Amino acid sequence: MSDNSLRAPSQRIAWTTTIVVSTLVFIFLIAPILAIMPLSFSSGSYLTYPLPGFSLRWYDDFINSPRWMNSLKNSMIIGVASTLLSMVLGTLAALGLAQWKSRFKPLVLAFVLSPVVVPGVITAVGLYFFFAPIGLTGSYLGLILAHTALATPFVVITVGATLQSFDTNLARAAASLGASPLQAFRRVILPLILPGLASGALFAFATSFDEVVIVLFMAGPEQRTLPREMFSGIRENISPTITAAAVILTTVSVILLATLEGLRRRNERLKGGSG
Amino acid sequence: MTDTRLTSANASTEVPLKRRLRRAERTRQVKALALVAPLLVFLLFTFAGPIAGMLWRAVDDREVRQVLPQTVAALANWDGKDLPDEKAYAALASDILAARAAGTVAIAAKRLNYALNGFRTILTSTARNLKAMPEPGTAKETLGKINPAWRERTTWTTIKNAGGPVTGFYLLAALDLTRNADGAIVAAPPDQAIYRDIFARTFLISLGVTALCLILGFPVAYLLATLPPGRSNLLMIFVLLPFWTSLLVRTCAWIVLLQSKGVVNDSLHWLGIIDEPLRLIYNRFGVCVAMTHVLLPFMILPLYSSMKAISPAYMRAAASLGAPPLTAFLRIYLPQTLPGVGAGSLLVFILALGYYITPALVGGAADQMISYFIALYTTETANWGLASALGAVLLLATVLLALVYGKLVQGQQVTGGMKN
Repeated sequence: MSDNSLRAPSQRIAWTTTIVVSTLVFIFLIAPILAIMPLSFSSGSYLTYPLPGFSLRWYDDFINSPRWMNSLKNSMIIGVASTLLSMVLGTLAALGLAQWKSRFKPLVLAFVLSPVVVPGVITAVGLYFFFAPIGLTGSYLGLILAHTALATPFVVITVGATLQSFDTNLARAAASLGASPLQAFRRVILPLILPGLASGALFAFATSFDEVVIVLFMAGPEQRTLPREMFSGIRENISPTITAAAVILTTVSVILLATLEGLRRRNERLKGGSG
Repeated sequence: MTDTRLTSANASTEVPLKRRLRRAERTRQVKALALVAPLLVFLLFTFAGPIAGMLWRAVDDREVRQVLPQTVAALANWDGKDLPDEKAYAALASDILAARAAGTVAIAAKRLNYALNGFRTILTSTARNLKAMPEPGTAKETLGKINPAWRERTTWTTIKNAGGPVTGFYLLAALDLTRNADGAIVAAPPDQAIYRDIFARTFLISLGVTALCLILGFPVAYLLATLPPGRSNLLMIFVLLPFWTSLLVRTCAWIVLLQSKGVVNDSLHWLGIIDEPLRLIYNRFGVCVAMTHVLLPFMILPLYSSMKAISPAYMRAAASLGAPPLTAFLRIYLPQTLPGVGAGSLLVFILALGYYITPALVGGAADQMISYFIALYTTETANWGLASALGAVLLLATVLLALVYGKLVQGQQVTGGMKN
């Protein structure tokens, strides 16, 4: 409210109310996440405050548990593989959609983005029926394919948005200067859309890393991911090891978010510099 | 003279050039489509195909036909008015003997039991007690002796109705409807008529969560859109961090906070407000709180972007024309936020409809939403037809709402509420 001088008292009350309510909502949003973090450092085995003492025993428990470590490894394998696959498919599709002119384009775009909107259970049930007879349930490949389908829409959106702001004259200039299409892509287009690609990759990884419904239906005991392990942990009994897992998951989220924010700032700076 | 020649020369080269350009454009379009094609093929295999398969399962009905082929064939011409003739009884006896030898009786028994409670016992007891093929002409008598149910018309209409190859049975069951012995659509028996309640519950929880998100999200979006960029970017972290935090972490956090010995109950007890711990979780309250927490960013972000687009000049103009602040807000500002309100509310509602994990972990038995039952029938009881039919209804609701959402955001950013 920097440029609006507050004239009437009613306006001031309204503004104060907005601030108070917003503060409460911010607390509502952030407090639960902050509240479970200290519990992972508790020396006791109950999830209550005040903490009896500080210890790293639950992290120790996590690291020495083959179940938890295996789930972390699985999350990484499936996350990285589906990110790579969705980057290839999504970037190609975004490049194609940027050039394609047809009245069917909105329809195709809606189809490509639909995995985001369709409830997870429906996709999971469909995949369960479809993949079971061909031996893709209880396999890494099945999970990677399924997560790629969920993650690719985010790549198409992010890379597509970057391509929209991309000046196609630069590609033409490269071509007129004798660059082959591949050279033009590698030397001119790619460096310019790289931040967009990186954001897309982060979204794709986050989607796979957080996904649990499909894993619930399709993963065998060998492919359980970190969220899946947390799901059964919460169902059975909440031990503080789960809070340690939660802190590890949240740390990954914060790193992803910070990287994304950095990319956005860099992009804004570059735009500001050129304009 | 010169003019004419120039024009005609132009005209003669113009046509091929036009054609060349058109051809080049066509090649470009084909190339563009070729770039999109891999993703389309991939999604056909990993998304559209599986969902189409699920929809097919909602009407697929071949189990009884496969186990009792002769019976189904014999009943094809039966009018269903009286008991079927001796031929149908003989076909059934022969089918049951064959099915017992193949070990497939249970498959048909399970399917028929969905349609008529107790059919499992009828079929398995008959299979157990039918020693050999009855003498010609005595099949009706023999089967009737083994189980009197074979003298009832409904037993036979049940087999006929389950004869496939396609059926509306599961879709009707998903809407608490069934066919009676005469084939008319009637209300399902009360012990099976639970799905309308579940759909209503799913709808109500989603509506409540959407309303909560709107009430809580509006002031926050307004604050973020009004503050100078530096400060609003900083506060945006409070919205984005939960957004990026794993759903499981957030659900787990609410359990820790709300359980009977949790942080909230302990604090209230310590403050002397309560003596006994309040029941805050594994009930409707817990589901609504946790879901609102998870979905709130999906409301705030589209609201924020629609409010950000409103020029402050409008409000200043309204004020300078003498409108009191409240009037200016209600008549000038609020109407401009409506597209954002609509988009955010629809998005939250669509996402809430399909929620599974959060209600499954923080809800009680009476708070489970439709997705829970779809999952239950798929993995636990293996009633795949019903699971698929419930899925088809949920999918239809989602697609219809998504179409409305698409129309709503068409003018705005396509990605308004998505993860960016």
